[in-house]
Amino acid sequence: MFDKTLAELAGGLAAGDFSSLELTESCLNRIKTQDAAYNSFITVTEELALNQARAADSLRASGKAGIFTGLPMAHKDIFCTQGVRTSCASRMLDNFIAPYDATLIRKFNEAGAVTLGKTNMDEFAMGSSNESSFYGPARNPWDTERVPGGSSGGSAAAIAARLVPAATGTDTGGSIRQPAALCGITGLKPTYGRVSRYGMIAFASSLDQAGPMARTAEDAALMLNVMAGFDPLDSTCVEREVPDYSASLNDSLEGLRIGLPKEYFADNLNPAIAEQVQNAIREFEKLGATVKEISLPNTALAVPAYYIIAPAEASTNLSRFDGVRYGYRCDNPVDLEDLYKRTRGEGFGDEVKRRIMVGTYALSAGYYDAYYRKAQQARRLIQQDFVKALAEVDVIMGPTTPQPAFRIGEKSSDPVQMYMEDIYTLALNLAGLPGMSVPCGQAQGLPVGLQIIGNYFAEAKLLNVAHRFQQATDWHTQAPASIKG
Amino acid sequence: MALERSDVEKIAHLARLQLREDEVEGYTQTLSDILALVDQLQAADTADVEPMAHPLDAVQRLRADVVSEDNQRELLQSVAPAVENGLFLVPKVIE
Amino acid sequence: MEWETVIGLEIHVQLATKTKIFSGSSTAFGAEPNTQACAVDLALPGTLPVFNENALRMAVMFGLAIDAEIGKRSVFERKNYFYPDLPKGYQTTQLAEPVVGRGHVDIERADGSTHRVRIHHAHLEEDAGKSLHEDFHGMTGIDLNRAGTPLIEIVTEPDMRSADEAVAFARTLHSLVTSLGICDGNMAEGSLRFDVNVSVRPKGTETLGTRTETKNLNSFRFMEEAIELEVERQIDVLESGGEIRQETRLYNGDTKVARAMRSKEEANDYRYFPCPDLLPIVIDDAYVEAVRATLPILPAQWKATFVEQYGLSDYDASVLSSNNVQAAYFDQVAKACGDGKLAANWVMGELAKHLNQHDTDIQASPVSAEQLGGLLERIKDNTLSGNIAKKVFEIMWQDGGSADEIIEAKGLKQVTDSGAIEQIVDQVIANNTKQVEQYQAAEPDKRGKMLGFFMGQVMKASGGKANPGAVTGILKQKLDALCD
Repeated sequence: MFDKTLAELAGGLAAGDFSSLELTESCLNRIKTQDAAYNSFITVTEELALNQARAADSLRASGKAGIFTGLPMAHKDIFCTQGVRTSCASRMLDNFIAPYDATLIRKFNEAGAVTLGKTNMDEFAMGSSNESSFYGPARNPWDTERVPGGSSGGSAAAIAARLVPAATGTDTGGSIRQPAALCGITGLKPTYGRVSRYGMIAFASSLDQAGPMARTAEDAALMLNVMAGFDPLDSTCVEREVPDYSASLNDSLEGLRIGLPKEYFADNLNPAIAEQVQNAIREFEKLGATVKEISLPNTALAVPAYYIIAPAEASTNLSRFDGVRYGYRCDNPVDLEDLYKRTRGEGFGDEVKRRIMVGTYALSAGYYDAYYRKAQQARRLIQQDFVKALAEVDVIMGPTTPQPAFRIGEKSSDPVQMYMEDIYTLALNLAGLPGMSVPCGQAQGLPVGLQIIGNYFAEAKLLNVAHRFQQATDWHTQAPASIKG
Repeated sequence: MALERSDVEKIAHLARLQLREDEVEGYTQTLSDILALVDQLQAADTADVEPMAHPLDAVQRLRADVVSEDNQRELLQSVAPAVENGLFLVPKVIE
Repeated sequence: MEWETVIGLEIHVQLATKTKIFSGSSTAFGAEPNTQACAVDLALPGTLPVFNENALRMAVMFGLAIDAEIGKRSVFERKNYFYPDLPKGYQTTQLAEPVVGRGHVDIERADGSTHRVRIHHAHLEEDAGKSLHEDFHGMTGIDLNRAGTPLIEIVTEPDMRSADEAVAFARTLHSLVTSLGICDGNMAEGSLRFDVNVSVRPKGTETLGTRTETKNLNSFRFMEEAIELEVERQIDVLESGGEIRQETRLYNGDTKVARAMRSKEEANDYRYFPCPDLLPIVIDDAYVEAVRATLPILPAQWKATFVEQYGLSDYDASVLSSNNVQAAYFDQVAKACGDGKLAANWVMGELAKHLNQHDTDIQASPVSAEQLGGLLERIKDNTLSGNIAKKVFEIMWQDGGSADEIIEAKGLKQVTDSGAIEQIVDQVIANNTKQVEQYQAAEPDKRGKMLGFFMGQVMKASGGKANPGAVTGILKQKLDALCD
């Protein structure tokens, strides 16, 4: 049962092959017995899951089940979940029992999904390796000495280890796509504004976007059908019709125009990854696509622009963590300043403090124009590159990451080296465009991700392209050797 | 741009972050490295480019002026570190 | 040396919306602490702001009322600083692109001349919570009910030259925002708060002196006192060779003492930047014109009408026009009875007295303008004497009803029939022989004064209903006949 996709499980539930309770118990059991190796969960919500499973089964018995009713999944521990600790993998929120549900959680609850628990992540989603978690690093099921990527590393690891069929993630600079690539699963970052951010603990407000992580594009479509849509509680959430993402999965790729940005195949790309990506492109040609080289000339600006804008927004988004209304509070503060400084000094980890300081600096008097304003200008140049390119091609393809999964500890002492991990992913967040990562091969026995980028609100097209690829290949079905049945 | 130790201390104060004595050196180094990375931006020609604050060219939606929230004090203060008589307590504020 | 005072004001006006600027919490004053502070107001992780349409409409109304440029695109920014009454660690406000641009407010000086105060801009922002300093074991208590209440902050140019001018401006602004209905004007509850920037310079010089800011003055009197005290202090410092330090000061209206604030000594670096959780507010001409169409008649317009149309004095017209509800009420009463001066006397007299005694305002007056107008009509047509009218008013206030209904029910119609009055007069003369003798004995030119006694007796005997004019004539005629 553990090796089935969401779509297969939905079929099994509908056919009465097993109940949601049986399925949920089986998942919980796998998590209990196997997650020690991966540390992919921060909190397992056993009681909640069993109650939801029972409710789903009785709903099904009364003939009112929807496609998602009774399907088990996990949520990144960045989504506020009422009555459940929502930690953002930080000491700051280690004691925070969320008093409300994020819109995304509410939507999955209403769809009948079963919440197995909250997954590990980089603290406040700041990182590309899951090493900055207060709860220790999650581990890559393909090699537990290696990182699963980040920040949604726990969700990716749990799916790759077949502990859960699917999980939510968030992506601010690659935090869905990069761990998906490193763990050999499928992840989608939707267009900015497609999914509500209400209740999703903010890292960088103009870049953050929630998305599905699963084994297949078909499952990602099922999840996006639940997640996407207007939310009056989020001013940046778009009021726009949501298509049925499952409906167009099998559309033909005949005549699909694929652009390959030459900047994404330059020096720092691992040759084995380049080869796998090229193989995948040939597969698309067999499916009827045409391929041309394109240029995104401002690609080099993405990393520096991102590492101003994201920390700037983060530095003020995280000001609310002050030990007054919720969360960690230092012992015996002598005065107000002591309360603030020790609460925040002790409650935040190293990387979070670093980014708060970078952002504070970039916004401070005398530097605003040179840093923040300049970065916002570069952001527009980057966006215009994509707009121009997407006028000529339907999708852009390239590697998701420059390297396969690296060893735990390998980059954690050098933040700049870590930041280069996201070189191919974070431009999309700056532009607000949707992107996917799908497994497309292996390098040194580790998964390789193909990134597929589409135009604004072209999620259905991305899922269609990914699904057809997965119909023709079996990379997405490969499981780590360590997986036990 | 290389930062001095004193710059880091100033930034940390502005952000209300207590750094341990032995941490300041490390932060001075990594923050300087990051600033060197982002300084690559200075070479970009951005003359006449309109800054982009948001990915979507959208405008603010307006909310009807109707009360939608009721009193949830008990629930919301259940996660507060220090509360008395419905008030959040902090060390004495001196104006 | 002679000194000149230069004053600029920043005014925080709480907008009279039902809900907060970015959440659906109520803004009603006086609730139990933190019972009107929802997840958004408490800045719970993951919460997001959504902007209140009414706050925008009210800000635009204000802009139109001061003849300002309206920002067709305005942007919320974050002003970052740590303070326990500021839950997010930043205030959402406007800086580079405010909703209201340059405008002006004309004020009237004590000598009747008009002075124009330029408004630099007005922007939308959120209010902070309150710190309560009563002793909680040496701690401060934080109430966030006020956090997120919509404000417009109005910033003037340094166009005032005395405490009097500043207070005149403050009063004019108060009547403007209350007339617009965008603020309840309750200064004791902090609905309108003034920060005064004061500097002095040698008379005849142009360069501005170093200014201080005295924050959060919430009455006109405190404002006047604080300015006068600060001007005096600055002159003292300068004349004894000292320098003015740019600082923020607090004035205590009870002790009449001012001091520099301790908490804001360091130079702040607010790190303003556009709030990424909110998008630019964009409005078009149609929106602005639609708001303009809802503007009520403003105090200056009312006042001009009252002087021209009803012949009121400047003073009466100013008082009646200072508040839009009162102005409209008066206007309706005046139209109904066709006598502006009579209406003004009643609105500023009997009605104001009753409102005051019952601690209510004209909006909640149990006597409507229609009722009062009907009453005054009956004075005009001699159905009622002034005194009886007051009785009718009292009944109206207590039990409601129109003047005609009350007159009918209580039989209060004035007696003008001379036959009936003659009967009463004869009775009074017969019952007061002693006073009649005194009258007869008096010199003819002293008799007029003695008439008052008989008048009083006749009115009393008639239950106040006899027409005083008719009584005087008949009395005089009958008494004088006895003297011949």
